[in-house]
Amino acid sequence: MAAYRIVHYLNQFFGGIGGEDKADYEPEVQEKVIGPGLALAQGLGDDYEIVATVICGDNYFGENLDEATDTIVEMVKRYHPDVFVAGPAFNAGRYGVACGTICKAVEERLGIPVVSGMYKENPGTDMFRQDVILVETGNSAATMRKAVPKFVNLIRKLAAGEEILGPAEEGYLERGIRVNYFADERGSERGIQMLLKKIAGEEFSTDLPMPKFDRVPPAEAIKDMSKATIAIVTSGGIVPLDNPDHIESSNATKFGWYPIEGMEKMSKDDYTTIHGGYDRQFVMEDPNLVIPLDVLRKKEKDGEIGKLYPYFASTTGTGTATNSAAKFGTDIGKKLVEDHVDAVILVST
Amino acid sequence: MVKGIEAYGIPVVHVCTVVPISRTIGANRIVPAIGIPYPLGDPTEGEAESYKIRDALVEKALQALQTPVTDQTVFEN
Amino acid sequence: MKLELGKIEIKDIRFGDKSCVDDHVLSINKEEVERLVLEDDKLIGCHLELAKPGEKTRITPVKDVIEPRVKVSGGEIFPGVIGKVSPQVGSGRTHALSGCCVVTVGRIVGFQEGVIDMSGPAADYCPFSKTLNVCVVIEPKEGLETHVYERAGRMAGLKVATYLGELARNIEPDTLEVYETKPILEQAQQYPDLPKIGYVHMLQSQGLLHDTYYYGVDAKQIVPTFMYPTEIMDGAIVSGNCVAPCDKVTSYHHLHNPVIEDLYRHHGKDLNFMGVILTNENVFLADKERHSDMVAKLCQWMGLDGVLITEEGYGNPDTDLMMNCKKVERAGTKVCLITDEFPGKDGKSASLADTCDEATALASCGQGNATLHFPAMDKVIGTTEYIESQIGGWAGCMNEDGSFEAELQIIIASTIANGYNKLAAKGY
Repeated sequence: MAAYRIVHYLNQFFGGIGGEDKADYEPEVQEKVIGPGLALAQGLGDDYEIVATVICGDNYFGENLDEATDTIVEMVKRYHPDVFVAGPAFNAGRYGVACGTICKAVEERLGIPVVSGMYKENPGTDMFRQDVILVETGNSAATMRKAVPKFVNLIRKLAAGEEILGPAEEGYLERGIRVNYFADERGSERGIQMLLKKIAGEEFSTDLPMPKFDRVPPAEAIKDMSKATIAIVTSGGIVPLDNPDHIESSNATKFGWYPIEGMEKMSKDDYTTIHGGYDRQFVMEDPNLVIPLDVLRKKEKDGEIGKLYPYFASTTGTGTATNSAAKFGTDIGKKLVEDHVDAVILVST
Repeated sequence: MVKGIEAYGIPVVHVCTVVPISRTIGANRIVPAIGIPYPLGDPTEGEAESYKIRDALVEKALQALQTPVTDQTVFEN
Repeated sequence: MKLELGKIEIKDIRFGDKSCVDDHVLSINKEEVERLVLEDDKLIGCHLELAKPGEKTRITPVKDVIEPRVKVSGGEIFPGVIGKVSPQVGSGRTHALSGCCVVTVGRIVGFQEGVIDMSGPAADYCPFSKTLNVCVVIEPKEGLETHVYERAGRMAGLKVATYLGELARNIEPDTLEVYETKPILEQAQQYPDLPKIGYVHMLQSQGLLHDTYYYGVDAKQIVPTFMYPTEIMDGAIVSGNCVAPCDKVTSYHHLHNPVIEDLYRHHGKDLNFMGVILTNENVFLADKERHSDMVAKLCQWMGLDGVLITEEGYGNPDTDLMMNCKKVERAGTKVCLITDEFPGKDGKSASLADTCDEATALASCGQGNATLHFPAMDKVIGTTEYIESQIGGWAGCMNEDGSFEAELQIIIASTIANGYNKLAAKGY
């Protein structure tokens, strides 16, 4: 018996069921090695066995995302694999998204190491590169032969729990995860060498390619402010004096909702700031400098705005991971939509 | 945070001092604030003046929320 | 401007009847130093403790770290703060006690004070785990306003460092290093065929309590200016600010600015080191705009082919970094940035708060959000009661046995953004 067990996921095409006409094929398990699995099995040798192959149509998966994921995870679980492999999907978009989704679910729910593979422009790449190790393949199945050694190496390492090195060494798509290491030279010396190359017009490689931030389209403007409900959100670290949610002074992992109902203005007897990134003395004395409650209450009374939402949301902006901030935004927005808030004033320090 | 909320279709006006960061992260309606230690007001000018400054900034923020935009817009003056 | 820097290797530190340096051993009269610190009536307690590499000792909350130095000729050390502001420093002769440091410790002023472990996993990340440390533990008067307390703590450290530095005045140094930068036209002519390189040194001036000082001038109040690199080796710049501990450019790091040291190493070989442009990181947008314009103007005026730019801190100073980068490049000088990264504990978020297209060359000093286990130590100098609220800690991170989990951020100068360390980050 082989030392390590593997379950492999394929779509209807690579699973030999059929083409586009079979894309609504429901998940099934076959206890054999199929299609691309043959090349993997051959590369892996006798210590590894593909004990089952799960096949699912791309359209079925896409249209029944949650149900298909649950079903497939259950199928995988029955075989107790040491590693779960999906695809590779090459440049097939729906297949790529399916591979990413199912890998992520298997790892999260079953704690089994996973690996998939796809072409760098597959839509699944950007969706899942941070969560799943994706072997870089070409854009068609003709590149499978070149991808096999990379899969074999990664599967072996994952099965044995060995350290996975960087994308250049292992041949996977960079995941956008920043990992520390000790370089041979200190940063100042490396910087000087990089600068001299840049001046000489020679090739150099930066340690940090500039990240790209995504965009959202602007929401529509408020037509009648006198009927609008306005909420205040801040990254200025305003919290009740005892900081009941223990929001961090830097790199916050949470935000809080705090009441302003019945208050005419922000009082230093109720609120303070725990932000670790600015001189807090002014805001501690007068929190209205961040939460302009005094002004907004007046505008509410004067009928300039409809009403003020009875809570504000607050976190610390300094050193807070952009992914955390994005999640706070999503959570805050969800509640504000439920409570029919029309517009938000977000104050940053 | 701005984008996470605006993704629900709720307009957000970002009142902030460091406008370049707001531009980089992708806020759509931006109102420049006074300074990092006191975004809305200026306590060095005394309480009454500080309130006036805050009032004007909030007014500008409300105007921004009522202004249709198609791209990132900084509401100055 | 030419400076002779004599280094006296210190191999051990101990308390003794008389403060002196003898055969590479620094002896300290404890009572005399404590009395010196307590001359300041804002401090009601002071005691000295020694910490050596390899000991199971934790020092926290650390405010500043300073290397003892003395001006043998050509002005006085720490001008404008301890020494006379005139004459200027940066020439003549200076002696340094190499391998030992003064560390100021005491009840926390802000959240921004960190940890030094003398052994264990955190020691790999901290330059001061490898130095012999004279810890000045201070206790402020009850109810002392934080700005006043910060200043008292800062002055205590500088006073002790000056006192110890004085012991080096008449000792023959083990090594004598000579650094020279000439006036701009002469310097340009000295190596006409080598690329003219400058260093844009961004001083922390966000006003977190206090700021960095240049000849005693608060860095908030400067406009960008030119500085001879040797001035910094005589203490022209001292730290008085609070940033995240990992980013703290201590006064030690100003004396030992790695970009300046390494540029001098290359000077005359593959580049011509023209000098330093000092600028700051203020909290008003107009300051950021004006000062990045001025930095670009100075780079152009000095005829620089390239500059390195470093920052202190993260968040809004990233904007100063990017504005400097963009404007300097557009004015015709090539830029390489040196900085650290804060992509979240999982390393998956954006590393910087701001970016620009011109930032094509960046040397990473590591990511400060990675977490580490800090084992319990036999001895604590200072107190660990604030760990959970210090930057890098979190509610519940402290265990009962004195061990804790925290981000690298909590370690003094662990990801310092001027390239002092070998720590770096790469994309996985």
